[in-house]
Parts: sequence; structure tokens; C-alpha cells
Amino acid sequence: MLTKQQNFVRGFIDVLPLLIPVVPFGIIFGAIGIELGFGPYVTYATSIIIFSGASQIVFFQLLSAGASSLVAITSSSVISTRHLLYGAVVNQYLGNLSIYWKLGLSYILTDQAFAVSNEYFKKNKNEKFKHYYLLGSGITLWIVWQLTTIIGILLGSIVPEELGLTFTIPLTFLALLINYFRKIDHLIVIIISGILSIILYDAPFKSYIIFSSLVSLLIAYLIVKTRKKKI
Amino acid sequence: MSIWISIIITGLINYLTRLGSVLLIKPQKLNNTLKTVLNYVPSAVFPAIIFPAVFLNDYGLLVEFNDPKVIATIIAFFTGILSKNLTLTIFTGLISYWIILFF
Repeated sequence: MLTKQQNFVRGFIDVLPLLIPVVPFGIIFGAIGIELGFGPYVTYATSIIIFSGASQIVFFQLLSAGASSLVAITSSSVISTRHLLYGAVVNQYLGNLSIYWKLGLSYILTDQAFAVSNEYFKKNKNEKFKHYYLLGSGITLWIVWQLTTIIGILLGSIVPEELGLTFTIPLTFLALLINYFRKIDHLIVIIISGILSIILYDAPFKSYIIFSSLVSLLIAYLIVKTRKKKI
Repeated sequence: MSIWISIIITGLINYLTRLGSVLLIKPQKLNNTLKTVLNYVPSAVFPAIIFPAVFLNDYGLLVEFNDPKVIATIIAFFTGILSKNLTLTIFTGLISYWIILFF
């Protein structure tokens, strides 16, 4: 049985490689906020209040392009709906925690914290303090996001655009998925979700992520059902 | 609407999407089929982030097959399959992207 501290440190260590895209992305975001004229306070506030890179960028881009607040709010919220799925997954492991823990951990449930915690929880179901792992990975990501936003706000575009560092975002998610590519059922779900996201890319309010996810989960459901019948 | 109100509303909705299923779903009530389906969440969500970022350009149009991003992604993919190493996969992809772009 690992202690609270050991779980926390593991979460911290495991999330480190996933920070590779977060660092340049945070700096770029801070710089974009200033370039688009939102000022340092508003730009930084989104990193604390919204705390979701993709949602924050879309929020600023839409507003600066002249979209109404309603469109900006809707789009960045629709992008976030994928968290509903993450919550459903981690909740299986954290169901017994107090409401305060749930309120706190939900705030730091990002893509990266979810990705590492999901794998950890699957392998360590019986660890009493496994929620400290999510705390460790989530807080690490939070701190790095806050610091890099501030760096971007203060120093501007110090990350040269030509380096194409935003490309590390899809690379990180690819690396996270790599073991699932070996399983035919997961491979089917991956390919369907990927192709749908391309086809639905222009759907209103950036809804392609949640639509592609839900349809491919429905396919997953059918696969699971068919397999059960065979058994 | 003031920008501050917009940010607070967006932040609240964002937080609720993270908290929603944690509060509303009782794990004991999920049947085994649904629990198994939840194993597919990464495979269902992550490709919707990966594919458009690799296969579409800044204008939302499909890129060519010999686009640097596509080639680098393929190299990263095989590195990942062979090495099973997350950090190596990301760096191999990024470095091959740079090699194609700058040489």
C-alpha cells in the first residue's frame, strides 16, 4: 500500500512528459491574449476560471473575430463536454470520496490528468490513497499552466511560430493512445472517431469532438454487446 | 455582456462538465456493460483531438499525404508501437517534423 505522498509523487512524475506541449501552448496562449487586445488581467483570469487551453483559445478567437458572447460561451463549453466522459470514468474509482474531494478534484480533471490517472487507477484499484495520484498530476498541470500563461503575458511571443510546437498536442495524445492501437476493438473506435472528427469539423460550436466521441462510444457499446452474446 | 461575466459563465459551465458526472452518476448503479464501454473513452475522445490537428490545415482543409505533420505522425506512431515509450514517441515525432520542415 502506497502512502498519500507516494501516490502524489507518482502522479507528478507520470504527468511530466505530458507537459511537453503544455509549456509552449501556455506561453502561446498568454501571448495571443495580449495580441488580441484582452489585456493581462482578462487573459490570466481565463487560465484560473476556465482552466482549459482549448476552450480558452476558442473563447478569445471567437470574441476577437466579432462573435457574440453567447457564441463564444457556447463554443468553449461544447469543447469542454468531453470532460463529462472523463468524470464518468474516474468516478468509478473515486465514488467513495467526500464531496469536498470531488469538488476539488473535478477542477483539476484535465485531459492530461485524466489520461495518466485512468491508466493508474485501472492498475491500482485497491490503493486506498489513489486519489492523491490525480491530485499530484492535476496540480502539477495547473501550476505549469498558470506559470506559462504568465510568461506568455509578460514576454509575448517568445515561442517562434515556425517551430510548430502546437504539433506536440496531437503527438502527445497519439503517444497516450499508442497501446490501444494494438487491440482491434479499440482500433475500430479510434478510426471511426478520427474520421468523424474530420467530417464533422465544421459542425456548429466546435461540437465535432463530443459528436465523434459519442458516436464512437456507441460503436464501442455495440462491440461490447456483440462480444457478450458470443460468450 | 461584459467580458468578465462571459468568462465566469464559461468557467462555471466548464467546471460543471468536469463535476457533472462525478456528482450525478453513482458507480454502483452502472451495469457491467456500461463500465466496459467506459474503458473506450480515451479511444473515443483522443482521436477527435489528434486527427483534425494532423490532417487539416489552418483553414480546415485536408492536407496532402506528404505533409510534414502527416509524415512525422506516422514516424511517431511506429516509434510508439515499437518502443512503448511515451516521451520518446513525442520527441521522435517533433524532431522528424523539424527535420522535414527545415532540411
